[in-house]
Amino acid sequence: MRRLLAALLIVCATVVAAPLAHAVQPDEVMADPAKEARARELSRELRCMVCQNQSIDDSDATLAKDLRLLVRERIAAGDSNKQVIDYLVSRYGEFVLLKPRFELHTLLLWLLPPFVLFGGGLGLWLHIRRRGRDAARATDAPKPLSADEQARLDRLLAEGADRT
Amino acid sequence: MIAEAGHYALVLALALALIQSTVPLLGARLNDGALMNVARSTALVQLLFAGLSFTALVWLHVTSDFSVVNVFENSHSMKPLLYKITGVWGNHEGSMLLWVAILALFGGLVAAFGNNLPLSLRAHVLAVQGWIATAFYLFILITSNPFARLANAPAEGRDLNPVLQDIGLAVHPPMLYLGYVGFSISFSFAAAALIEGRLDAAWARWVRPWTLIAWIFLTLGIAMGSYWAYYELGWGGWWFWDPVENASLMPWLAGTALLHSALVMEKRNALKVWTILLSILTFSLSLLGTFLVRSGVLTSVHAFATDPSRGVFILMILCVFIGGSLALFAWRASALKQGGLFAPISREGSLVLNNLFLTTACATVFVGTLYPLALEVLTGDKISVGAPFFNLTFGPLMVPLLVAVPFGPLLAWKRGDLVGAAQRLIAAGVVALLAVAFVYAWTRGGAVLAPLAIGLAIFVIVGALVDVAERIALFRGPLSISLRRASGLPRSSWGTMFAHAALGVTLIGIVCETTWNSEYIAAMKPGDSTKLAGYEFKFEGATQRQGPNYRELLTQFTVTENGRLIGAMAPSKRSFITRGSSTTEAALLSRGFSQLYISLGDLNDQGAVTVRIYHKPMVLLIWLGPIMMALGGLLSLSDRRLRVGAPKPAKAPRVLQPAE
Repeated sequence: MRRLLAALLIVCATVVAAPLAHAVQPDEVMADPAKEARARELSRELRCMVCQNQSIDDSDATLAKDLRLLVRERIAAGDSNKQVIDYLVSRYGEFVLLKPRFELHTLLLWLLPPFVLFGGGLGLWLHIRRRGRDAARATDAPKPLSADEQARLDRLLAEGADRT
Repeated sequence: MIAEAGHYALVLALALALIQSTVPLLGARLNDGALMNVARSTALVQLLFAGLSFTALVWLHVTSDFSVVNVFENSHSMKPLLYKITGVWGNHEGSMLLWVAILALFGGLVAAFGNNLPLSLRAHVLAVQGWIATAFYLFILITSNPFARLANAPAEGRDLNPVLQDIGLAVHPPMLYLGYVGFSISFSFAAAALIEGRLDAAWARWVRPWTLIAWIFLTLGIAMGSYWAYYELGWGGWWFWDPVENASLMPWLAGTALLHSALVMEKRNALKVWTILLSILTFSLSLLGTFLVRSGVLTSVHAFATDPSRGVFILMILCVFIGGSLALFAWRASALKQGGLFAPISREGSLVLNNLFLTTACATVFVGTLYPLALEVLTGDKISVGAPFFNLTFGPLMVPLLVAVPFGPLLAWKRGDLVGAAQRLIAAGVVALLAVAFVYAWTRGGAVLAPLAIGLAIFVIVGALVDVAERIALFRGPLSISLRRASGLPRSSWGTMFAHAALGVTLIGIVCETTWNSEYIAAMKPGDSTKLAGYEFKFEGATQRQGPNYRELLTQFTVTENGRLIGAMAPSKRSFITRGSSTTEAALLSRGFSQLYISLGDLNDQGAVTVRIYHKPMVLLIWLGPIMMALGGLLSLSDRRLRVGAPKPAKAPRVLQPAE
């Protein structure tokens, strides 16, 4: 613990190493802050296809720069956010989206989390109810004896009576 | 010579692991104490040899023996000593060696401190540890020998990837591995319980400290990795939902669930089967993480190993252990008796709810991480699943969980009083609502969700405090009595308070950083200045400097607030000669829990440098939270019930005792 704190302190105190990551360059920024904000928001949802799990907003690859400029071009041309996304998907395929669309082949992806939650919840509810009922049955008045048991009891009692 | 000795030590460790994985089982079958005790000595000696092997590799790196491939490829004679040592696990072979060394360490710890375990349980646990160790020793010896030699030793090495030449490498992987591998203990305990067909509350008491230790390290390891990414990658992101990050988050989520369900099992002897399953799943997810990172199946920033033969080998280990343990579970779990009953509204019920949400969150991360891989393998379609997906699915799952967190500790075991708990949380609710109103007014109607999220965080923090306040009857009697009660309160209650409050602390950091961070990107020349978030940044000048194994462009910034100088920041850019790559060095300046952050981009023709300046409000809370959680875990670990509750070792010599 103390060592970690010390390490953290060292990290905080010193200047630290980083690979070259540039992302948005000064010359790309749009003049209108509202449009620039939209461009940034869209950039975060789009994948830099030659990178490793980076959005074009984070990446310094040439392709990411091209895509950023393309997004800004479309926004400047008056496209809505959806139109920009559709345009990019039509050009680069669905791989460009960091959040896949809800379609047949992504059904499991989108539905598994709610399925686990509700399925798990339902299963738990049924389980608790069943166990509760079992327990109630177990603690309530003892079950009436079956015919066999009754016969055995009678026999035992009769034997006991014989001995005395 | 050292390399061969290290290699040989590893082979001996494998031989010991083989003995450890068979002889004690035979002993348990024959009810032979001496054979069962073989597990103990082999585990200890195996630790010795794995340690020797690891030390040998460290020695080779420190002495820059470039006749060894691993050293040649990842080291450089001019590299600072710290990075020579950390470079040992900055590559595939070395990091696997660290993995098995830590596995041997945990096995050795169980052997050394497991005196109070029943002999046959200890034999079984160590035997299962032996199986895992055998698999990974074989993996290293067959596919990833770190001691392989070069025929003609080169005069100089290729140097370590510059990104990894950082203090983060000294801390992050060992912590993470202590967490990952630590969960192997709960896995082995679960497998042992299934093999023995015996499981009681004492079992949970033995497992819980090991799970806690692993969980503490994993928490710190993930937080450390996040902080490393934050300052390393140059744009101040701290979580990317990268598959490799997800690989560490999944065991953490499952491990957190396990900690809570083990609690139910220990106190109430319920949830046994589920706890066993979680123990298996948690370590399986650790193995999956190792597979994802080490096989190179994902090409992501962390995956610096890409060799399919290794991937197939780890996949085999994965299938054997996960498949085997789940099959064992399916076969034997029905033999375990169901435990105590409880009403849905009870402490147990709340812990079940916690488990439901954590498991769902884990499943979400799991499907999001593996779905693109599976889809590509099955249909050839390529899709991306990134941060926007996880934010949309994982985020909403955390909200009900966090709302429920303060209620849990306030409910009684068996049958709780939800209304009573809610009444006791009224104060927390009021404070939270005030916080929402205050933040909303202060940000003058900006984002709506952010103040609500801050309110939730405050509710969690105050709720955690309310729990302890209730227990010590604060404000309801004389302070002296409360203080006496506080000193008598079990440490685990304090641990719960810290860990739960830490969730709120982390949430505040996350919300503030993502909602109110500001950035400035421009090309600046010496003498230029700019304003951001009330601070003025002046670019004073740039100089060139020679480092041990790099050249550096060093810039100077001064930061003033309302005309008052508050500090200097010196971001720089380094060019590494051997690897021909460069890194930017971000400069950080903390203001309370907030940070100012500058990183450099390219130098253009006119002598201007691209500069990125960020103001990150409350960002340090993101990592303070996990540190508090780990502290909570430590407090809980020091609780006396984990030390004195378990049965004491018998006075008579154990070797001669038959197992039950």
